[in-house]
Amino acid sequence: MDPMDAIKQTYFQECDELLASLEEGLLSLEAGEADSDTINAVFRAVHSVKGGAGAFGFQAMVGFAHVFETTLDAMRSGKLDPDPEVVKLMLRAADVLADHVAAAKGEGTVDEARGHAMADELAALVAPEGGAPRTSATPASPAHDEDGGDEWGFKPLKFGDDEPAAASAGWRLVMRPTKAMYAKGHDALLFLRELSRLGPTATTLDTSWLPNLEGLDPEESYCTWTVELPAETPEVAIRDIFDFVGDDCPIELTLSGANVVEPPAATPAAPIDIDALLNSVRTPTAEREALEGGAEKPAAAATPAADKGASKNVPAPAGAGATIRVDLERVDRMIDLVGELVINQAMLQQRVMESGAARSSTIAMGLDELEQLTREIQDSVMAIRAQPVKSVFQRMPRLVREAAGATGKQVRLVMEGEGTEVDKTVIERLSDPITHMLRNAIDHGLESTEERVASGKQEEGTVRLAALHRSGRIVIEVSDDGKGINRPKVREIAVKKGLIAPDASLTDEEIDNLIFLPGFSTATTISNLSGRGVGMDVVKRSIQALGGRITISSIPGKGSTFTLSLPLTLAVLDGMVVSVGEQTLVAPLTTIIETLRPKPEEVRRLGPRGAVLAVRGSHVPLIDIGVALGQRSEPIDPTQGVVLLVESEVGGRAALVADEIQGQRQVVIKSLEANFQRVEGVAAATILGDGRVALILDVDAVVEKMFSDRRDAAPLAKAS
Amino acid sequence: MTPGDPVNDTRELISFCIDEQEFCLDIMAVREIRGWTPATPLPHSPPYVRGVINLRGAVLPILDLKARLGLGHVEPSARSVIIVVHIGSRLVGLLVDAVSEILAAEGSAVQPTPNVGCETVNRFVRGIIANEGRMISWIALDDILPEQAAEAA
Repeated sequence: MDPMDAIKQTYFQECDELLASLEEGLLSLEAGEADSDTINAVFRAVHSVKGGAGAFGFQAMVGFAHVFETTLDAMRSGKLDPDPEVVKLMLRAADVLADHVAAAKGEGTVDEARGHAMADELAALVAPEGGAPRTSATPASPAHDEDGGDEWGFKPLKFGDDEPAAASAGWRLVMRPTKAMYAKGHDALLFLRELSRLGPTATTLDTSWLPNLEGLDPEESYCTWTVELPAETPEVAIRDIFDFVGDDCPIELTLSGANVVEPPAATPAAPIDIDALLNSVRTPTAEREALEGGAEKPAAAATPAADKGASKNVPAPAGAGATIRVDLERVDRMIDLVGELVINQAMLQQRVMESGAARSSTIAMGLDELEQLTREIQDSVMAIRAQPVKSVFQRMPRLVREAAGATGKQVRLVMEGEGTEVDKTVIERLSDPITHMLRNAIDHGLESTEERVASGKQEEGTVRLAALHRSGRIVIEVSDDGKGINRPKVREIAVKKGLIAPDASLTDEEIDNLIFLPGFSTATTISNLSGRGVGMDVVKRSIQALGGRITISSIPGKGSTFTLSLPLTLAVLDGMVVSVGEQTLVAPLTTIIETLRPKPEEVRRLGPRGAVLAVRGSHVPLIDIGVALGQRSEPIDPTQGVVLLVESEVGGRAALVADEIQGQRQVVIKSLEANFQRVEGVAAATILGDGRVALILDVDAVVEKMFSDRRDAAPLAKAS
Repeated sequence: MTPGDPVNDTRELISFCIDEQEFCLDIMAVREIRGWTPATPLPHSPPYVRGVINLRGAVLPILDLKARLGLGHVEPSARSVIIVVHIGSRLVGLLVDAVSEILAAEGSAVQPTPNVGCETVNRFVRGIIANEGRMISWIALDDILPEQAAEAA
């Protein structure tokens, strides 16, 4: 990748974050939490997007962002009230800005008519409010205002408070780019260019800090510039240019009568005597010091640099202490390695135990410590990848606005549990299913406004999106207060498409589940979101591929709830290691309620093949794991084995019978699909201490299959 | 033959025997050859899927090639080998009794598979190679996985 592309990528990443914080800010404004910090944050987001866009020459984006920024500036200075109408408009403007960013990435196009209309609306907000919006000969804010003005058919607006107090004095700006600034891909030249757009400038380069070559750190920043600007230049405009580098490029801006640029004719930067510069750096240090003697610094540097000399080489403090940006691949690589470490540690432990070392021996104790350390390392590494679901959720308000707009329904989106953390691998794959379910909820779940009024409901439909942790999994709920699933209609479609027999007798729940059948709807891929009522079967499959479940509950007239349940991570799992026949299997600990050795009187036969286990008064169906996985044809006597009492999402409680429990340990999840395919009844595989592959039991699938086999509900069993 | 196959170049093939028949694979598809280790059986799988083994941290499915070709079952012994091959983005182990040799064949030496009215042959034999009086069947790997997997690949 060429360097410019890399910088651009960084910019786009930043854009995504900025757009997210823009939307977040606007949403909290919408919720009536309008404090100046929020407004400032919103303003800065748009401003930074614009700054980068200018640097990369995305003119259309700069134009739009500028209008947006101007309106926000009016809000920031209290000239425009953030009332709901205004904020709604701004939310839509944020969507347009996001489109611009996407277009700049090459992932879509901007609806120009919409963009223009939006720009006009935004401009209209400020025009009457601004009091004396005057057209100004001096451009308002940094970049490309002329372009913006022409393109969008209006003149840039400028506010009085931008005006510096003094009239005839000149600005003297000292900029000291730091190493950190260059490291982030900024370029001092761009700032100098921006500055020169503000008016005639006189630029002086101060190279006095440049060491000789032997002492030169190629990545260090040694140059500072002094730029003199005419006094009319708004201070804000100058500061704005440096806004998005912050502390990475400290500036010192002074207004002084002594340094007026006179006449304000563009004084080209004094030509730099490169030869002299080169000679000076080639001179060995000692010699140079001797040369400089008592003078210490060349005269040019004396004023701006001397006082700041002490801090010259100190890296900018920056906000960098809080977070770092790391290539995800590196984290993933580390997680893989830690996974291998865990396996290796388990192998080592097993070998040591096999060699007959006593549990109290120093080697065994050392191994215990190693195990603990390994686990801690693993937890810490996993924590690096854990993220709040917010990153997915915050894309949803826009989606809901657009879906509401497209269907003409009034929709209120309520989001809960945005702070719920889950592994990045899971987060990435949440977006599509949630998008899908939300669209479905708005499109199919909610009634039209008239229908709602007729049935005595609020005009505005509510769609709720919630995330929560439940028994070691993350649960996402999408619910609406609409009409619920139209069961007769669903049934009719299923019969028409030949998915069920016309005379099939199905429970309500089974009818609801028909919408997950492949072929119930026509679309084939999950990305195909343009149509309506697209493949819920695809949603279900993609969720299942993650080891998740999706369930529906629906009450006619009251609404439906789709519940997604997913593992928190796709990397490790706490499991109960059990023997079944000759095989070793792992049952996810999260599904197990308790383990017990049943007494003969607790096992009761029910029907020709079935059996139940009495557990504290309730009767739970017994399922032999070996039979469920096709290893043996006859179940073992439950009283000779052990029972894992499990809670499944589909069939409630069940008692799984295994031969023996080997122990409990954390295992690294290895996909079967990577080299093979999904296997029924198996969630994934892992590698045990002896180096052999053990299968991880898909408890829900085992229970579901057993139940459906017994009920002979063939169509539904096949569907999943 | 797959479209775009250059017919004229020389390719290296790795050959092995199943009963009296000789088969071969394009050596470019082979990643490594390793000894037999007991596999963990997979439930609800076709008989020719022996199970999965641990290949340096990856879970590798093992297919009994003899069973896949409808020629019976390999009885794994210490001499049996697993040929690890790429099929698309997947790595798959093929269990065979032994590997015999590496041979080079001109593209022109590959003859179309004679029609013997056998679906298995049509599906898994890409062509046959006549070499010093022997007939070696060149195995097509594309269809070797069970259907569901091939579809998803």
